[in-house]
Amino acid sequence: MFEYAPAPESRDIVDIRPSYGLFINGEWVEPQGEERHKTVNPATEEVLAEVAWAGEADVDRAVGAAAKAFPLWSGMPGAERAKYLFRIARIIQERSRELAVLETLDNGKPIRESRDVDLPLVAAHFFYYAGWADKLSYAGFGPDPRPLGVAGQVIPWNFPLLMLAWKIAPALACGNTVVLKPAETTPLTALAFAEICRQADLPPGVVNIVTGAGETGAALVAHPGVDKVAFTGSTEVGRHIARSLAGTRKKLTLELGGKAANIVFEDAPIDQAVEGVVNGIFFNQGHVCCAGSRLLVQESVAADLLEALKRRLGTLRLGDPLDKNTDIGAINSAEQLAKIRELSEAGEAEGAERWSPACPIPDRGYWFPPTLFTGVAQSHRIAREEIFGPVLSVLTFRTPAEAVEKANNTPYGLSAGVWTEKGSLMLWMASRLRAGVVWSNTFNRFDPASPFGGFKESGYGREGGRHGLEAYLAV
Amino acid sequence: MSEQAARLAVRKTYKLFVGGAFPRSESGRSYAVTSSKGDFLANAARASRKDARDAVSAARKAFSGWSGATAYNRGQILYRIAEMLEGRRAQFVAEVVDADGVSAKKAGELVDAAVDRLVWYAGWSDKIGAVLGSANPVAGPYFNLSSPEPTGVVAVVAPPMGPLLGLVSVIAPVIVTGNTCVVAASERAPLPAITLAEVLATSDLPGGVVNILTGSSAEIAPWLAGHMDVNGIDLTGADPDLAVTCEELAAENLKRVLRPPAGRVDWLADPGIERMTAFLETKTVWHPIGV
Amino acid sequence: MTTPLAEVASSNSTLRAFLHGLPGVDRVGADARAAMLGTRSIKTTAKKQAVDMAIGMVDLTTLEGADTPGKVRAMCAKAVRPDPADASVPPVAAVCVYPDLVATAVTALAGSGVKVASVATSFPSGRSSLEVKVTETSLAVAAGASEIDMVIDRGAFLAGDYLKVYEEIVATKEACAGRHLKVILETGELATYDNVRRASWLAMIAGADFVKTSTGKVSPAATLPVTLVMLEAVRDFHAATGRQVGVKPAGGIRTTKDAIKYLVLVNETAGPDWLHPDWFRLGASSLLNDLLMQRQKMATGRYAGPDYFTLD
Repeated sequence: MFEYAPAPESRDIVDIRPSYGLFINGEWVEPQGEERHKTVNPATEEVLAEVAWAGEADVDRAVGAAAKAFPLWSGMPGAERAKYLFRIARIIQERSRELAVLETLDNGKPIRESRDVDLPLVAAHFFYYAGWADKLSYAGFGPDPRPLGVAGQVIPWNFPLLMLAWKIAPALACGNTVVLKPAETTPLTALAFAEICRQADLPPGVVNIVTGAGETGAALVAHPGVDKVAFTGSTEVGRHIARSLAGTRKKLTLELGGKAANIVFEDAPIDQAVEGVVNGIFFNQGHVCCAGSRLLVQESVAADLLEALKRRLGTLRLGDPLDKNTDIGAINSAEQLAKIRELSEAGEAEGAERWSPACPIPDRGYWFPPTLFTGVAQSHRIAREEIFGPVLSVLTFRTPAEAVEKANNTPYGLSAGVWTEKGSLMLWMASRLRAGVVWSNTFNRFDPASPFGGFKESGYGREGGRHGLEAYLAV
Repeated sequence: MSEQAARLAVRKTYKLFVGGAFPRSESGRSYAVTSSKGDFLANAARASRKDARDAVSAARKAFSGWSGATAYNRGQILYRIAEMLEGRRAQFVAEVVDADGVSAKKAGELVDAAVDRLVWYAGWSDKIGAVLGSANPVAGPYFNLSSPEPTGVVAVVAPPMGPLLGLVSVIAPVIVTGNTCVVAASERAPLPAITLAEVLATSDLPGGVVNILTGSSAEIAPWLAGHMDVNGIDLTGADPDLAVTCEELAAENLKRVLRPPAGRVDWLADPGIERMTAFLETKTVWHPIGV
Repeated sequence: MTTPLAEVASSNSTLRAFLHGLPGVDRVGADARAAMLGTRSIKTTAKKQAVDMAIGMVDLTTLEGADTPGKVRAMCAKAVRPDPADASVPPVAAVCVYPDLVATAVTALAGSGVKVASVATSFPSGRSSLEVKVTETSLAVAAGASEIDMVIDRGAFLAGDYLKVYEEIVATKEACAGRHLKVILETGELATYDNVRRASWLAMIAGADFVKTSTGKVSPAATLPVTLVMLEAVRDFHAATGRQVGVKPAGGIRTTKDAIKYLVLVNETAGPDWLHPDWFRLGASSLLNDLLMQRQKMATGRYAGPDYFTLD
């Protein structure tokens, strides 16, 4: 046997403070309330730091700082704003190893992913939108598109720094100032980003970071000084925000849940399809809104594909997220783990067959083995509800039309995958799938130049590309 | 006037327009429509929630065919609607005069503008994709193309003023891109809407692409806003209270919402493309490039 | 594989139908998978194990027009005792030479356990008659070669004449008289991964004991993704027929880091059953010294210098 020895990335590269305040107007400030929250490493349950809990007064202060900074920032020539963003992109590249380790510690995702996916995309996103800042008049939104004002941004825990980049980079490029609330379980890279803003000499108040839980986010969204709300997270919370903004003039973009179908036809490039299915649902422990959580496989190749898939799952390496050879890291929180367990149990109870490879689970921390369910019907909860974990539901189909019908038979519409070597079939499928992103013979690819966002209950608005500017301009 | 006894005019019965047919309201209700001066014009059907439901079904049924039609074909049909509207110019002028109390000359200008607006939107059918779509230069060996696609079934609360031009200006941008719609017509002045339906019915527009309900917007719009098979709602014609109610209901399935304009709309102004983009989704397709 | 493989080769059209019925290979996906496996971090004990494993899998190769008996004898000495200063270093799997130098190598390696492989069939181009190829193979076998590395007729393959390729492999296999046959696909000339997969299956159906990427005379030679595709083919062939076939990437593998990437690829694609010199070889020459230098670094904690290793 060829056993890979542990190959842990050193955590000495990061310097985590015992306690963090709020980042408002370019300064670290203490919150008005007493409440603080411990953020833990989900792989070990070790406490990493204490983080302030921003209340309404703190949010008000942050929004005030952003509003005060808006005239300067929006009035600055685009080329100057661009240079700040380029500078931020470069600092992120320079500090990417440190940020990757910090992300892995706070989130539980494998270092291979934070190092090779998250951080390169974060830097690329700032680099991309930096270039837009002085070219907005060419973006197709009129000769002199104007920013909206203060953007209130609430982001999730699955890609903490990447979601920050998706929110802050276009907002700043367009001339808005921001107040961002990171997720309660993953605040550390956002707080490190605050330091980066200081290193970049970004004018005070242009970026403000307030940590906290749902109430903090709600206070931010509801604040009358906020002109724009951007939220990435669950459809349930998105619905609530949309309702709460009724009757206001706040512009809203939402990037919500998904239940994507990954559709494998009999003429698919089968080995790459297996990789795509694995990457589709086990990337980032399945904590991905666009995860390919429903495998729709043509009946004629279902048995072969399942066999290959199970064999491949047997090679996935679950464990220490800091180990460079880890494929599956920790579940981000006990709460999320409980949700995954509950839905998986429902899958069994409803009659689907559960399978996981032999997979030792560490004693401490939050873990869930890669799991697939066969014999799943469209009516099962595991085929309808977003699990947001490493759980794949396998369904079959016979014809392309049936594949489309099953794929679209969900309130969501974020993404879909199609695997076939036949170009005409691929394009036929792509045109009929009601999803904002269609990956054909690939899955879970992201790029700052490529618009991302959903149809239906997966939200509205696009992030990335020229399209991503619209959310932050008065158009 | 003539010495002979005047011939008794044959009055038109104004009904709903659903799925390409002209049913009465299932509720059997109607209401009196008066001119701007208060004279009785006709009884219009007062649509119920069940009519709204039927209209949504019709719009959903028509969606795959209409969104799947070629852009060229949709453009041709919108142009055909303009042709038919032009042919009925006199009738519309008379109805606009009745409804708005404007001069015949002014009404003529408004009807002409409505025809021109349809022609303008007709031309957008096969251009909006090029304007809004993009080939994205991603950092990898992938073909990456974004293109706009229709949102689906869109509910439209038509403006109370501008019974023809305003109406055409809210319907055309929704349907030209491939959406289908259910329109709550101006409660005050519904007759041009039903006459427009007659134009639509004879313009090669597939049944169900446009469905028009007359009656109380305040009664119908919330049912449309809360309907889980409606994907978007244009609240242009909703008063502030109704707009808030509808926007709250629309959140239930995250409908795309076009809020009512902040001020009074000048329907004669260049409409821009925002009414189209409000009900378009961007779909991005990735495919590897390699031998 | 429901089609009995004997029937597959009954005509060019049945062969064609079979080979073109294999699942396609998406280049970008295969490249990405190989690249991801290339990021595996093999350290400490695993690296020690990998280095020794790789040394034992090397087919130490010299295939130059300027090869002489002296050069071959020196290489054979190195094959048996790669590091004269360290007896714990295992011997390599085989040496690989031109047919006329087989006898020299056999003599030099007598009793060592290191095998003698000979290229044959008008290596590297393969552009000769079947008679010449078969005769060359027979002569190499007669001279004592225990392994034959043949080349396929790439021209025939690209022209769609799969039957000709098949028949040449069958004839060469027969001329091997029980010796191990490695079939060189020369993947750099096959151009597509689909062709690599088809050629791998064609060779296996015809009786290959190993499929080998390259002659080393064409660029690109071995690459990780091409080897990935071939490892998938041997894995699937084994699942379909029960017969295990080996894989040999050759050409361009120069560093320990490269070699370890190949071992990871084997481990996570065909599986640990293939991590043995019977089923996986690395065709190389300069690689061996890099492996030795890495080995010494791990043993002493100091970085090694090239002057401390023999240049044979």
